[in-house]
Amino acid sequence: MSNTRVKFYQTGTFTVGNRLLDDSDRTVQSRPERTNSLNSGHRACQGCGEALGARYAIDAAMRAANNQLVAVNATGCLEVFSTPYPETSWQIPWLHSLFGNAPAVASGVAAALRAKGKKDTKVIAQGGDGGTVDIGFGCLSGMFERNDDVLYICYDNEAYMNTGVQRSGSTPAAAHTATTQAVGSQPGNPFGTGKSIPLIAMAHGIPYVATASVADLHDLEAKVTKAMGVTGARYVHVHVPCPLGWGCDPSYTLKVARLAVESGLFPLFEAEYGEVVARTPIRRLIKVDEYLKLQRRFQHLFGEPGQPAVIAAIQAQAERNIKRFGLVEKGEAK
Amino acid sequence: MLKQIEGSQAMAAAIAMCRPEVISCYPITPQTHIVEALSAMTKRGELGSCQFINVESEFAALSVLIGASATGARSYTATSSQGLLFMAEAVYNAAGLGLPIVMTIGNRALGAPINIWNDHSDSMSMRDAGWIQLHAESNQEAVDLHLQAFRLAEELSCPVMVCVDGFILTHAYERVDLPTQEQVDAYLPPYDPVQVLDPAEPVSIGAMVGPEAFAEVRYLAHHKQLRALELLPRLAEEFAHGFGRSSGGLLSEYRTADAETIVIALGSVNGTIKDTVDELRDTGMAIGAVKLCSFRPFPLAAVRAALQKAKRVIVIEKDLAVGLGGIVASNVRMALRGLPVAVHTVIAGLGGRAITKVSLRRVFTEVHAQSESFAEPHFLDLNWQVVEKELARQAEQRRAGPTAENVLRQVNAIGTRVH
Repeated sequence: MSNTRVKFYQTGTFTVGNRLLDDSDRTVQSRPERTNSLNSGHRACQGCGEALGARYAIDAAMRAANNQLVAVNATGCLEVFSTPYPETSWQIPWLHSLFGNAPAVASGVAAALRAKGKKDTKVIAQGGDGGTVDIGFGCLSGMFERNDDVLYICYDNEAYMNTGVQRSGSTPAAAHTATTQAVGSQPGNPFGTGKSIPLIAMAHGIPYVATASVADLHDLEAKVTKAMGVTGARYVHVHVPCPLGWGCDPSYTLKVARLAVESGLFPLFEAEYGEVVARTPIRRLIKVDEYLKLQRRFQHLFGEPGQPAVIAAIQAQAERNIKRFGLVEKGEAK
Repeated sequence: MLKQIEGSQAMAAAIAMCRPEVISCYPITPQTHIVEALSAMTKRGELGSCQFINVESEFAALSVLIGASATGARSYTATSSQGLLFMAEAVYNAAGLGLPIVMTIGNRALGAPINIWNDHSDSMSMRDAGWIQLHAESNQEAVDLHLQAFRLAEELSCPVMVCVDGFILTHAYERVDLPTQEQVDAYLPPYDPVQVLDPAEPVSIGAMVGPEAFAEVRYLAHHKQLRALELLPRLAEEFAHGFGRSSGGLLSEYRTADAETIVIALGSVNGTIKDTVDELRDTGMAIGAVKLCSFRPFPLAAVRAALQKAKRVIVIEKDLAVGLGGIVASNVRMALRGLPVAVHTVIAGLGGRAITKVSLRRVFTEVHAQSESFAEPHFLDLNWQVVEKELARQAEQRRAGPTAENVLRQVNAIGTRVH
């Protein structure tokens, strides 16, 4: 499948109408043979972006691997809500070991499959931003530099949600968390902290790195499918709003995710061997406050007197992303 | 085949004959020679499709094997000291998941102060992790225990540590009878996992377990170790039958039949202990020795049977439960509960300090003659003068500075000292 954007002139939207697409481009979730790898009945919160992202990502990976897939999971929300045994939601072989070792465990699974000559079975590892950006970072970097044949998917909801919304290395500036309270002279998470794992992944020179968002599930499926067609270490970083941790309405998960992309705060791009090879241009550019104001974690920036300087600083971050990745094409933004 | 060979090379040859499928490696002294040799063998193609993975930490080394073992591959690594501490979370995890990984521990002290020489602090720190822990007395036994370890691990689906004294065994050249591939193949069948990640039969491994089932899962881990108590002697017997020499088992006794004093210890120091026992026997002392091979599971019944006729027991141990005394001694006391046998703890060989026959003879003689007044625990060859001087210095000034550096300045020596 491709991530070609199809514009439906009848409605003037980019809505993906499967009936109008070639069969090869149709979304995996719409297919009768979809595997429901992460099956219904799990205990994620209402509006969970991670559950949505994982469902689309893994079913796409399953389709790409002809259903020959093993998944390794870091400790975290996804692990906990999917397996309060005996009610496991996983329809695929699934292994949870620890919080910080999922990439290494997946390397081991891949090594065992190589040793046993099982070339057709593929390996994915997955975790949240805590398990990826922070505690699992050493193992992730090791897996990358060895170019082990693993697709690692990070579902980034920008804090430690499973333990009660504490700051991670992926928490955005100014965001309130349980450990970066909206108090004092610089409320929320300090500016000048945090890191971009997609860029760090690229610095390892691995064959494929992509960012994706639950705002564009077709694009997420396409990137996972593309990643599954590549041998070696691959990384897909998926932006997944957390209604609980972000303090947004559960019915706004996709809307908030879309605004993150359209503001430039979460750039969508693909990289091969350390070079950006594609990026998704922003069709309708918005200001960051449209994104921020829907979330309680940024509530302290609004109202009277508010924090216009902080909002301006976040806007500047978005504009740096837009410039860096070329997210606005001439004549594209409205 | 008899060979004059370095311990690490001999162990590597034995491990290779066990046909490992995934080996992970992270360097730390003194286990490195083992994985270096296995790396070369893998690279030369001598281990078939075996995957040798250079990882970024010991935590990753064991994590890689958790994935490999759960995918049905025979998995091996080695570590020492800080490396074992760094992989601690994965050590408990591998045992909790019931993955039959075999890991060599080149026993080495734990810092701070940093020290690369031998004692048993590292493996002792993981004694309750759920791994079986076997201690080798010689390089011959180190070779033999690795063959038994894979067999034991896979029969029980439980990880096994083979503990070998760093440098004393890993770096020593001595005569070793290496088995043939045919002998090993006959003893060790291919790994048939009890759980495996397989798309044809998907399972979830590593689910959360709450109060409703946790105690039962933990009991079953304990039960596995109890089964190992029965299996270890049987595997040793079968080993003796197939290889023509005895190795392993729970423990072995030396001149204990009529012994009033029995010395018990783990690992290579048993050689020195037996020599000392022989010398004291020549003087007419009724003394014997017990070499403990299996520390986990701890063979309570076998230890009790071996020691119950003695009047006193001396535990020589290369570790220190800070704030208590002896770890092995506490376990031995549990084995002897209710019996009128005095148990004495001798903390010896910490950080590689040589345990000499002279010192052992002095302690054995003292305990044999006047057991009642013997200090508990006894620190073998401790330089009390240095200790007291440093304590006095610390009492004198608040900013006394770092302890280790001050002690070193006093003894004016870097490295090992005999006594």
